[in-house]
Amino acid sequence: MLVSSALISGLGLGSMYGLLALGFHITHAVSNTVNFAQGSTMMLGAVLCFTFWVTFHWSPTLAVIAGLGLCAVWGAIVERIAVRPFVQRGSNAWLMATVALGIVLENVVLFTFGKDPRGMPAGLLTTNSVVVAGIRIQLLQLLIPVVGLLFAAAIQIFFQRAHYGKALLAVVQNKDAARLMGIDVERVVMASFALSGLLAGVAGMMVAPLFTISSTMGTLFGIKAFAVAILGGIGNAWGVVLAGLIYGIAEALIIALAGSTYSQIATFALVILALAIRPTGLFGHAEVKKV
Amino acid sequence: MWIRCSMLRDLRGAPLWVLATALLLSFAGGTAFAADLVKVGHVAALSGASAQSGEAITRGLALAIDEINEKGGLLGGRKLELIQRDDESNPPKGLIAARELIFQEKVAAIFGGIDTPVSLAIVPLVNKEKTLFMGVWAAGTGITRNGANPNYVFRVSAVDDDVDIKLLKYANDRFKAKKAGLMLINNPWGQSNEKGLIAAAKDNPVITIAGISKFENNDVDMVPHLSRLKEAGADAIILVVNAPPGAQMMKSRERMGWTVPVVSHWGISGGRFPELAGPTAGDAHFVQTYSFFGKLSPAGERVLAALKKKYPQIKGPEDIFSPVGTANAYDAMHLVAMAIEQAGSTDANAVRSALENLKATYQGLIKTYNRPFTPENHDALGPNDYIMVRYEGDKVIPVE
Repeated sequence: MLVSSALISGLGLGSMYGLLALGFHITHAVSNTVNFAQGSTMMLGAVLCFTFWVTFHWSPTLAVIAGLGLCAVWGAIVERIAVRPFVQRGSNAWLMATVALGIVLENVVLFTFGKDPRGMPAGLLTTNSVVVAGIRIQLLQLLIPVVGLLFAAAIQIFFQRAHYGKALLAVVQNKDAARLMGIDVERVVMASFALSGLLAGVAGMMVAPLFTISSTMGTLFGIKAFAVAILGGIGNAWGVVLAGLIYGIAEALIIALAGSTYSQIATFALVILALAIRPTGLFGHAEVKKV
Repeated sequence: MWIRCSMLRDLRGAPLWVLATALLLSFAGGTAFAADLVKVGHVAALSGASAQSGEAITRGLALAIDEINEKGGLLGGRKLELIQRDDESNPPKGLIAARELIFQEKVAAIFGGIDTPVSLAIVPLVNKEKTLFMGVWAAGTGITRNGANPNYVFRVSAVDDDVDIKLLKYANDRFKAKKAGLMLINNPWGQSNEKGLIAAAKDNPVITIAGISKFENNDVDMVPHLSRLKEAGADAIILVVNAPPGAQMMKSRERMGWTVPVVSHWGISGGRFPELAGPTAGDAHFVQTYSFFGKLSPAGERVLAALKKKYPQIKGPEDIFSPVGTANAYDAMHLVAMAIEQAGSTDANAVRSALENLKATYQGLIKTYNRPFTPENHDALGPNDYIMVRYEGDKVIPVE
């Protein structure tokens, strides 16, 4: 019972980490850069959904759609002002710029949304549950891993099969050649950041009913998601999601067996150990550079 | 700017001695004005997850100060002034705020907030700088029982060790619990209660500790914690935490479908617990020192009327959030004022001695205080002053 209920909890949280980490994967695959404001974007998704639904009394569907749309726009803005100007000059300062933009966003939300954490109202997904082998599982807990895996599958198929997906991957291999083939490189990279923002928004909206909504809710999630992305092998969508599940389950099991006092130490130590053994991540491959 | 320039033009022709006299008079006037006031400080969570607690304390202090000032103030006409600082539930910020209140504002006393870690950070400073500190919410045992001599720290609030005795007894009396599972926040307040609950269980033959689980403020899912305690045979949960993580615990309990009784310390009453916890918020029974529901004493009637007048959004007891903060702060402010009057000055040592030997009886909100403090005991409230309550919607209603 103890282990199985920890597995259910771990799958839910792990899927959250996986969804956020997918955002890191997408921008890395397309532009070799990542958005370190991913945790803040996740928070933005939850805050916007709450504001539209609870404060403005919009319908939940409209609140979700509008929130996700704005998260995607925010992702594109991050690329335009915190990534592109530095990449064009061959600088790695986008690392710091995306972190800084995330902090700016957190503080803007702090002053507009307030410091008081808020709770998402109970909905269909949190009030209904099923009992499997004596363990009660909320519908939302079942939905979260399904959404995570569906997104991973969709992204993998998109990159491998779709024409536009292949165009996205071509950009990272050779920008100039991609441009000569008629691919609008800037637009493609911006689209990848928008997609990354959208995924973070989905994660934020799905975790909101389980958590409390506040300007700082995404900080630790963002850090853990980056660890998951590295653990899974940031170039592999399936690897990233599976690493999220592994991380979430490991975390839940450690808490169940030893309490949460040591869970951060133990889980991050496991990440370091795994990377020491497989530096490219559990499911990643070493990049081949032609010289 | 125009006024300033025209004043300068007017003064250009004045002799030097006129300017010097005006300057001296302005300084003297300023000093006299400052000396007329008795400043008291308040360092608490005025924003963040526990902001409601800070607001509740502010209301209690403000009401008491209004009453004292309307009666002519202290020490022959000096009005009380409240100076507030936000610690954001952050010990270093609380310490910085306390330093500012002591060294810049030169307050006669500092009132504390909800967070034990913040109060514990301030205690060594106030004892070193000989400034009176009055706790009105944080219940950590070590706040008042800090080993300092002389000890400038007093409290009109619950004390963890006594609350812990109450919580275990209540779990057994009300829910027939025999094995308590402890869910404790992983900070000094949680540690304080861990010691207190273990000691209380040793002295209570009818209930034992089934297990202890500590968690962090930002833990999302507490099902693994609760599962550990369920496996260990816990038939009641003793909860020690503030509102947001407390709500996480209640939501996790709901997800598990575990209807185990929850008996909580009062931290959950310091925020939007009913909203954050959802439908099961009312399942948590928690300790308080005061309730505005039921038949009120004359002091209760008076304070309720004053609250309605000062804060129009309060229509009745159900609109008073975190009532314990208001009640404790109200009584504490009056006790400090009485001590200042008895001491005949705001000198911290004299006020400390006066508090330890208050001669007058004070008919307060929570109880009638008859020599509430002694040199050995700096806590005005004891286990007999605690009541158990629960949320019904947003209302806090007594269950004992």
